Parts: sequence; structure tokens; C-alpha cells
Amino acid sequence: MNAPTPAFSGLRSTKFGSKLTWAIWFLLVVHAVVVLAGFVAPYSFETQEREHPYAPPTRLHFVDCSGKFHFRPFVYVTKASENDLNEYQQDCSQPAGIEFFAQGDRYTILGMFTSTRHLFGVQSPASLFLMGTDGFGRDQFSRLLYGGQVSLFAGFVAAAFSALAGLLLGGIAGMYGGRVDDMAMRFAEIFITIPWFYLLIAVRAFLPLQISPLTAFLLVVSVIGIVGWSRPARLVRGVILSARERNFVLAARGFGASNAYLLKKHLMPLTFRVLLTQMAVLIPQFILAEVILSFLGLGIGEPFPSWGNMLAQAQQYHVLVSYWWMLLPGLAPVPVFLAYHSLAETLQERIKSYI
Amino acid sequence: MRLKRSLLWCATALLPFFAGRQAVAQEDLLRTTAEPGIRGGKLVIAQRSEPRTFNPVVAVDQNSYGVNARLQADLIHINRATQKTEPALAKSWTVSKDGTVFTLKLRRGLRFSDGQAFDADDVLFSFKVYLDEQVHSSQRDLLMIGGKPVNVEKLDAYTVRFTFPSPYAAAERVFDGLAILPRHLLEKDYQEGKIGQDWTLNTPPEKIVGLGAFRLKQVVPGDRIVLERNPYYWKIDAKGQRLPYLDELTFLVVPTQDAQVIRFEAGDSQIISSLSADNYAVLETEQKAWHFKLYDAGPGLEYNFLMFNLNSDIESRLPEIARKQKWFRDVRFRQAVSSAIDRAGIVRLVYRNRAAALATHVSPGNKAWFNSSIPVPVRSLPHARELLKAAGFSWNADNTLLDSGGQPVEFSIVVASSNSQRNQIATLVQADLKAIGIAAHVVPIEGRSANDRLLNTHDYEAIVMGLVSGDADPTPDMNILVSNAQTHVWHMGEKTPATPWEAELDQLMQKQLVTPNYQQRKKIYDRVQEILAQQLPMIYLASPNILVGAQENLGNFHPAIIEQYTFWNAEELFWHPPAGK
Repeated sequence: MNAPTPAFSGLRSTKFGSKLTWAIWFLLVVHAVVVLAGFVAPYSFETQEREHPYAPPTRLHFVDCSGKFHFRPFVYVTKASENDLNEYQQDCSQPAGIEFFAQGDRYTILGMFTSTRHLFGVQSPASLFLMGTDGFGRDQFSRLLYGGQVSLFAGFVAAAFSALAGLLLGGIAGMYGGRVDDMAMRFAEIFITIPWFYLLIAVRAFLPLQISPLTAFLLVVSVIGIVGWSRPARLVRGVILSARERNFVLAARGFGASNAYLLKKHLMPLTFRVLLTQMAVLIPQFILAEVILSFLGLGIGEPFPSWGNMLAQAQQYHVLVSYWWMLLPGLAPVPVFLAYHSLAETLQERIKSYI
Repeated sequence: MRLKRSLLWCATALLPFFAGRQAVAQEDLLRTTAEPGIRGGKLVIAQRSEPRTFNPVVAVDQNSYGVNARLQADLIHINRATQKTEPALAKSWTVSKDGTVFTLKLRRGLRFSDGQAFDADDVLFSFKVYLDEQVHSSQRDLLMIGGKPVNVEKLDAYTVRFTFPSPYAAAERVFDGLAILPRHLLEKDYQEGKIGQDWTLNTPPEKIVGLGAFRLKQVVPGDRIVLERNPYYWKIDAKGQRLPYLDELTFLVVPTQDAQVIRFEAGDSQIISSLSADNYAVLETEQKAWHFKLYDAGPGLEYNFLMFNLNSDIESRLPEIARKQKWFRDVRFRQAVSSAIDRAGIVRLVYRNRAAALATHVSPGNKAWFNSSIPVPVRSLPHARELLKAAGFSWNADNTLLDSGGQPVEFSIVVASSNSQRNQIATLVQADLKAIGIAAHVVPIEGRSANDRLLNTHDYEAIVMGLVSGDADPTPDMNILVSNAQTHVWHMGEKTPATPWEAELDQLMQKQLVTPNYQQRKKIYDRVQEILAQQLPMIYLASPNILVGAQENLGNFHPAIIEQYTFWNAEELFWHPPAGK
């Protein structure tokens, strides 16, 4: 009789352990920075420095205009030229040192902690735009961090929703078989054939104007999750179908265990590895879905940033050819996707070695 | 036999030449004052989409107007550079003392592009078509004064009399754009009730005939419209050379402005119209290297504004919007919003200082009618707060604005997603209003859906949009400003004026319509602008400059602020020979 294996047991002992650890740590750090965006970012996502439209990334200095070296990094106050808004000039007479735990815009973390202290910043009138500014003079670095809250968590929430729905429906289909299984799987197939992109466009168009952009966004995320549940459901059903015939399950049934008890105690735990792998595959897919929607103007609206709507500005020809820093939000998902794919691959190998 | 055939060929080939020479001697041609140019060459202009029709009777879109204006001609024309009327097919005209009767003398000996003669019967036929209710021509509204049509009579083969039911200050300007149709081709279809279906994009080019500078040569659906020189055109230059100079004029379909910029840079088109300030800045750095020249013609006739929903037909259908209309209808609320908006910021960030901040719908570009005594509102948050306080609003500890019932002031701003400048304006307005505690949500939606909400369902709270006046004269504004006008956008379907100031607007607009004296009209229209600046049914924001470009060796290129900005004088455009030749 095979005993069920705990979901995370032995992960570190495999040859894939270091890769897995690296991926998990990287994702944890990225998500932590994004959650703490208010603290890490020097500005609020909606602060408009209207004197600095399309300002290039601020140059950090250790050597001042007179050639003197300073241990503490500093910036100079910059000003756009009167005739050409693309031309910014440094004022050597106004240096400003980088300050840690600097005072700045008010922010709230997780709706609980409110503060005005930021990890770093500079005193006004100097500005610190690590990744330049957009057309409204909003700091791209700060918006990238805040935008990660939307993009990363959209993927996570939608994938969690899909996995949960898949676990429930796949579990019932696998456990009860017969007509229940047939109905559940045909239902899942219908969802697989739905062109999700057009569904999202339709759903977005039907939303009333009066709801906030955040609510509209959450509804769109729900749609991504609802449409995405069928694939994990089919996998869960497969695992349950094979596991329910195993000896330890038959023995438990012989002792009078109910279907619900068997599902909860013996069968569901066997699906966790599959679901984890699925989550690692689905999260980047759903992040990408959100980025695409926002890129096309169907995601979250102004002034809230997401990686998609930040990148959308680069659709404009003048932005594309004039302001390279506006393309940086397009690079942000790359390491995150690599980490998630590395995680999924490692988990997949782990399942193979387990089987 | 072969010799005979050759002689016959030569005779056939030379016939139009001699016919043309003979016609020139008899024709009553218009001599232009433009720089004499050189015949030959082709010009390509990019357009957002192809024209919907070549039929000037039913055309309603700008792309159709642009092409049709090259194929057709009118009796009296507005010179886009001077903004004044000038003779076209009508050589001269007289006006009766009471300003109701216009007697037009037509040019003699002119021919349509198929060689058929033009006379007063064509004019009578054209106006009969435009005035026929069954034809559904959009031009009919222009020819109906106080619900009565203009009367058109033929005095002789080259004299026509127009009698207006009442004095009509802008009567001369009404003739601009009213194409004179070829009776010999269209009368049969008109009698059979089919004229509305004539001259589509599928009609063979030789069947589309007009008195314009060009005639249709080729239509490649979705790609290009090619026009060729009309050999019978009725304008000559100072040297007696018949216009147009260009052999071919092509309208290339390029759907987005960014793509138009790329095609212009690549040399696929030689003129670019309606540049955004951002793209202008990109092209500005390349002018010398690529031998083109950019022009900033100054503020145009487009005005962008923020407008609240003041419609009265939504109370039962849309109670949430109706609740908010209590705020919107309070002029102090609208004035406070206006006072909180940073127009200088809009001009700087959205238009890179290539725009004018507005106090009313008349931009400084409209020199004849602009009321310079009305100051453009400067952003003042204390003033905005004072106005809101006086209107019974208050603020809670979070700086959220509350109405007299304690409800937070929150509304959505609809904007057409395809217009990036207006999206930027909406975002700036949103940030500005946050400073006085108003939570505004920008909702970009598809342009047609936005129009539908504005004109039909009235399901919106506020909207950022823009309108372009077709003429510098105040008359086209009747459609917006008069309370029972079809596009009285802030309060559609208003049968009688809802407020005393709207009643005054109605009176003033009717009065200017029948006042022939410019000074008196200007005084009346100044008052109209004062009322609008005070009452703010629309919160006027900015008027962008007309930014265009063309190859530097294109002669007689004089951009204007009235549509079509760049090729309104296409018949005068010519190519200078390359340097050194």
C-alpha cells in the first residue's frame, strides 16, 4: 500500500533543489518589493512633476561639477529647456544628496500601515527619477513598482481562482465518475473553446461606467480565472481517477470512509504537486493576459499603473523613437516569467521523479 | 491606307488641343494671384481613411469632403488663407439693400471634366437636389432659413438669383462647398429617386464628372484614390497657364497618424496634415536632412473641452447621474472645476506649447471673431474652494469634497480611447480635480460608443471631447449653441431654453444671423462668448495649433487653419525643379 506523499517533502533533496530555491527566493523578493512599493518607491504613482515631462533617468553623481569626489551619491536639480521640452539641463549650483528614509508622498501598505517615509529620496527642488518620467512627469520607477502590484497579483489571484475551481470540479468528476464526470468534463471543454480575449473585451464593454477602475480590473481578473479553470480541472480529475483505485484508498473505503472523507484526507493531497506546477505555469500566463489587456486599454485605467498600461505609451511613434526609458516596463516581466518557468520546470521534474 | 490612318490618328490626338485653345479664347477664366508654377509631377497625400462616397450631395465625412472638393467646384468660395469669400464659378454678384436677394453672374464657356458645357441650368438643378427633402442632403439645413428654403431662379443662361426668406449675414459663405452638379449626367437618376446612390467608390471613374481642378482616374479600394488633371479647369495663373499644375494627385489611405509620419519620412507621401505636437517634435529634428519643411499655422478652429451632462431626460432612466446633476447644474460648481484646471499644464504637456488655452469656444486663431477681452482662467485652487463653499460643499478630514447632503463628489469622465491627446487631457484634469477633493475616474471608451452616449443615450456624467468648426464664421455654431439645435450637446432635445442665459444665447445667435454689418455682428458675438465664459456649459480647455509638413520644393504651399489645411489650393501646388537644374 502506497502512503500519500506530503506536497513539499524532498524538494530540497533533489538535484533541482538549488534551481528551485533560487526561483522561490527571487519571486519572494520581487513580490515583497512590490508589496512594499509605497516604501521602496520615492514617489507616489500619481505624483505629477509637470515641469519634468519625459525627463530622462536622473544621473547619480559621486564627482561634482568642480571635479571633487563625494562618498555620498547626489543629484543635481534639472530643468527643461524653454524651447525644447526634450532638453534637460543640470544646475551645478544645486546639488542634492541621496537621503535614506526620506520624507515624501503619503502611502499605505496593505491598507494597514500609513507613512510618509520612503527608503530613499532627495529634497525638493531636486528630483530622483531612476527610470525617467512619462509625459505627465510621473516617476517611471515608482510606477513600475506600483504597477507590479497590479500585474503580479492579477496573475496570482486569477491562477489561485483557477486552481481552486479546478480542484473542486476536477475532484468531484474524478471521484464520482460516470455521468457526473461526463458532465463536468464537457463543461470544461466548453470553457476551453471560449476565445477568452474576446470574452474579456465583451465583459469590459458591458461594465457600467460608474464602477472604479480597480473594481473593473478585479472583474476582468475574475473572468481570466473563470475561463482558465478547465485545464487544472482535467489534470486533477486524472490524478483522482488513478488514485481512487489505489490500495490505501480502497482500504479506507473498506473501513467505511465516505467519498467526502476520501477526497479530503487521501485524494486531494495527491493533487497538490500537479496544482503547484499548474499554478507556476498559469501565473505568468495570466500576468501576460493582464499586461496585454492593459496594453490595449482594457485593463486598469488611469492613474493606476500596470506594466501593460505603462508599456502602452510606447505604442506612440514619438515615444518609441525618442524616450528609450519608456520601454523599460516591457522588460520587467521577463525575469519574473523566467523564475516562474524555472519553478514550473523543476516541479514538473520533481513529479516525474516521484512517479 | 496606312498614311490615312496615321493622319486620322494625328487629327484625333490634336483635336482636344485645338479645341482647348479655342475654348480658352471663349472661356471666362479666373486668373489667380498665386506664384506661377511649372506643369507636371505627382503629389501624394496621406488620409486616415478612404472617402465614403464621391457624391457631394450625400457626403458627410471629412475624407469625402477633401477628395470631392478637388473634383467639384462651388459658386462662391472661402479662401482658406484669408478666410474671406472670393469668386469661383460665379464671376461676380450683387446683394439687394435688405440683404435677402443675391444675383450671381456665372462664368461663361466653362466645361465639366467630360467636356460638356456648364450654365445656369446646372446651378438650378444642383440647388433643386440639395433642397429636396427626399434626397436627405446634409447641405439642405444650410439653405433653410427659419424653416423656409432659399428660392433659386434663372434670369438667363449665365445669371441666377437667390432669394433668402430673411436677411442672412453669412449668405455668401453658404455657397462654399456646395458643388455644382452636372445636370446632363444626374438629372435622370434624380427624377428616378436614385441620385443618393450615384457616384460610389465602385462607379467607373469616367462617370464621375465635375468642375473641379482634378478628375477621378483610379480607385484602389482601401489603398488609394488617384486623381488626374482636369484639362477643362477654369483657373489660370498670372502667365496665362491653365491650372492645375500637377498631373496627378493621390490620396493614400494610412489609418494612423504614426503610420502617416513614417510614410512621410519614407517619402511615400509628400504632405502631412494634422500632426500632433509630439510627432512634430520628432520630425522637427529631421527637416534639413530629409528636405521637408514643417509649418505651425497657429491655433486652429478645434476646441477641446470638459462638459457635464445637463440633459433633463435621464431622471427615471439613470437616477445616479440625475443625482449628480444637482452639482453639475450649479454654475458655481462648473466655475470651481474650471478654476481648478491647469490649462497652462495642458498646453505644455499635451501640446508642447503648440496650442492656445481657451476661455471660450473661439480660439485666437479665429482672428475675425475672437473676443480678446475675456481672460483665460488661470488655475486657482483657493478660488475654486471659495466657489464650492459658497455652493454649499464642504470637505472631510481626508480632503474629500462632500455635497450639502454629505455625499462625496465623485464622477466619471468619458473620453474616446483613440484620441491620445484627449486621454492625456482627461488624466491631467483628473489630477487637478483631486486637489480640490473631487474623485474623477477617467473612462476611455471606443469613439463611436462615446458619441452614442453623448448624442443618443445620454449615459455619461462628464466627457472630454473636441469639436472643429467648419468655418471661422459664427453661423455653424448655431448647431451647438441654440437651445433647440440638433447638436446642442450639453442639453439635447431642449425645446425651449432651460435657463435665462440660454434664452439670451438663442436671441443673440438669431440676431447675429440676420445682422449684415460686421461690427454689429462682432459685438453680438462678443456677448455670446462672454455668456459662455461666465456660464461654462462647456469648460473650454485648449485649441491645438495646426501643424503640418511638406517637401520643401512644393510651391504655393500655404497651410490654413480651416479644413483642408494643406491642400485647399491643390490646383496651385507645383514642384520646384531640383536645385541646380
